[in-house]
Amino acid sequence: MPKQEGQADANRPRLSLHVPEPRFRPGDTVDFSYLTIPETGAQPRPDYTSAASETWPLCTDMIRVLGDDDLAHGPWDPRLSPDKLRELLRQMALVRAFDARMYRAQRQGKTSFYLKCTGEEATSVCATQALDFEDMIFPSYRQQGCLIARDYPVLEMVNQIYSNRADKLKGRQLPILYSAKSVNFFTISGNLATQLPQASGFAMASAIRGDSKIAAAWVGEGSSAEGDFHSALIFAAVYNAPAIFNVVNNQWAISSFSGFAGAERTSFAARAIGYGIAGLRVDGNDALAVYAAERWAADRARSNHGPTLIEFFTYRGEGHSTSDDPAVYRSAQEREEWPLGDPITRLKAHLIAIGEWSEEQHEAMDRALDEEVKEAQREAEKNGILGHGLHHPFHTMFEDVFEELPWNLEEQGRQAIRERQIKWPE
Amino acid sequence: MSPDDAPVTLAEAPARAMTMIEAISDALDTMLERDSDVVLLGQDIGYFGGVFRCTAGLQAKHGKTRVFDTPISECGIIGAAVGMCAYGLRPVPEIQFADYIYPGLDQLISEAARLRYRSAAEFIAPMTVRTPFGGGIFGGQTHSQSPEALFTHVAGLKTVVPSTPHDAKGLLIAAIEDNDPVIFFEPKRIYNGPFDGYYDRPTRPWKDHPDALVPEGYYSIPLGKARVVREGGALTILAYGTMVHVAEAVCREKGVDAEIIDLRTLVPLDIDAVENSVRKTGKCMVVHEATRTSGFGAELAALVQERCFYHLEAPIERVTGFDTPYPHSLEWAYFPGPIRVGEGIDKLLEA
Repeated sequence: MPKQEGQADANRPRLSLHVPEPRFRPGDTVDFSYLTIPETGAQPRPDYTSAASETWPLCTDMIRVLGDDDLAHGPWDPRLSPDKLRELLRQMALVRAFDARMYRAQRQGKTSFYLKCTGEEATSVCATQALDFEDMIFPSYRQQGCLIARDYPVLEMVNQIYSNRADKLKGRQLPILYSAKSVNFFTISGNLATQLPQASGFAMASAIRGDSKIAAAWVGEGSSAEGDFHSALIFAAVYNAPAIFNVVNNQWAISSFSGFAGAERTSFAARAIGYGIAGLRVDGNDALAVYAAERWAADRARSNHGPTLIEFFTYRGEGHSTSDDPAVYRSAQEREEWPLGDPITRLKAHLIAIGEWSEEQHEAMDRALDEEVKEAQREAEKNGILGHGLHHPFHTMFEDVFEELPWNLEEQGRQAIRERQIKWPE
Repeated sequence: MSPDDAPVTLAEAPARAMTMIEAISDALDTMLERDSDVVLLGQDIGYFGGVFRCTAGLQAKHGKTRVFDTPISECGIIGAAVGMCAYGLRPVPEIQFADYIYPGLDQLISEAARLRYRSAAEFIAPMTVRTPFGGGIFGGQTHSQSPEALFTHVAGLKTVVPSTPHDAKGLLIAAIEDNDPVIFFEPKRIYNGPFDGYYDRPTRPWKDHPDALVPEGYYSIPLGKARVVREGGALTILAYGTMVHVAEAVCREKGVDAEIIDLRTLVPLDIDAVENSVRKTGKCMVVHEATRTSGFGAELAALVQERCFYHLEAPIERVTGFDTPYPHSLEWAYFPGPIRVGEGIDKLLEA
């Protein structure tokens, strides 16, 4: 009998395609008990000069410092001074206050787009704090905390978000795709994961020159599926490049859960094993664990012991961006039930527990930070909001394509100016 | 100024005959010597010296951290080069064949080409991507392509194609010194001799060709300046790379008084040289080895039509490769050789 199309031979198993499905969809009751959350302080801390293989058990474990008792535990406790802890807390809270104001500004029509990092503040702020200022940051798009951690002026960030007259990027980039060379923060692409091989290249260049700078890159777990991720890690491994690759596993890439990046099989940190480099899986909502892991990797890179892949296990508390509504694809309960809590709440509780902070101080700080952002916003609005997109003279559109203006851009520039004069004769 | 201080012109400088491979190697050697920011990276370019020998001896001379092999990852090679630029180096990545460049396209198109623009010049990408291109070596469809039009279409990339050893050295030095990313296509069929398209005749080496004389030491040829290969009045032929030699040979064989312009740089294009010549001759043929549809010849024909229409006495003639992949056994059927070029010339002269 002729075989029907799409039918397997009778004596062979029929193949089936596995399409990953998240555990919870809108309306579902969320139960995260399937996640293994290890005890705080229980993870060994190999010396940063150790063989990469010594870190491999940590690729599937999870480095945690701050316990349910709000105290710091175990060998990964970075033993930071209370002043330093308060600085981390203040910067994370500033990021959150900034996000809140900018989100609202977008809703008010002052800009086209915004993107919050709620719940992930530690993965940028505390990791950056563990680096040297000279180390180059190769960010993805949710790392506003890196800029805050390097005291980049909030005013400049708002100017960029508004694409206004004072925007240093001349209104060319989508809001939040900052570039800040003054604080060693590389220009954000918007194309995903391209920054990773660039970080490897920067690190290689620093090593070629016998310098002491390292490179630290951030990427979401979703875009770790890009080929650039592999290119970056193979280059870093081959040349023992002084680079850190931070995978922020916030569980969601727009509407695709981490299973579409391979999370059903193993952790993201475990990919380090295949490259023979150090790997660490870290509680990304634990400010102290984030700081300690990043510092360990920085010390390792700076002492010529090579690259590290870090997975920060965290949760994207809000939608992907102002263009996204997560209520249509995931359960709203997820955030409430997230077993690793909130990074700001946890660090605040720790500072209170060690007698270095109080609820009153925290409330006063939040008020002051909100005022600081509001003031910057007010200043920025003097330079204009997105509105009509005409804050920059037309000739700036043709500049910086090349160092020098070629004849075709000169001609096109004249055309643009003519069109403007026709549209606005005054 | 005493006579001793008088600048030596390029023509007077001590020179010796080189192949294009030797000229490229000489340019790289010169720049590695002159500028400690220059690093070379690519597959097989280190100890081995490259599959076409363009980097032979350079690792031994300049060290392993200036000239080194890479993983087989074009995305990684270009991506790492972008990161090196962010540090302040001036990398010269080699892509072993232009046909292999596609895995690195995102890093070229979305990153290298746009760094200056998107960061308002905070970060730039002064890299030169060297890559052999073109057919005629029985390379089949993965070692023969001419993808220049994919790059000329990208805002922020410069595209250079040398046609002689003399130009290859000067243009490569200019490309490396340029503060924007440059794709430097090396026509591999003329690496070892000025191939003129008559594939059934004995091959000629470079050594007897006047443009094989390569000045010693440092010199550069500005990007964006075409070269008049021969002056003439009957028609203008716009060509680059291997096709310059094919056009020249066909005109010689047919005794046609054509003006042949070697564009040398496709972006930025020397539009003045193009316009001046077409206005003089009133007839224009554009020639390239790449596939026809949306090829760079289409851009040239459009520009000539827009800017020289009232000087034209005949429709612009386009002579190109066919719109097929480069076939292995039929590569001479694909190649725009003397018959196709000759027919194009006849059509223009008869018009």
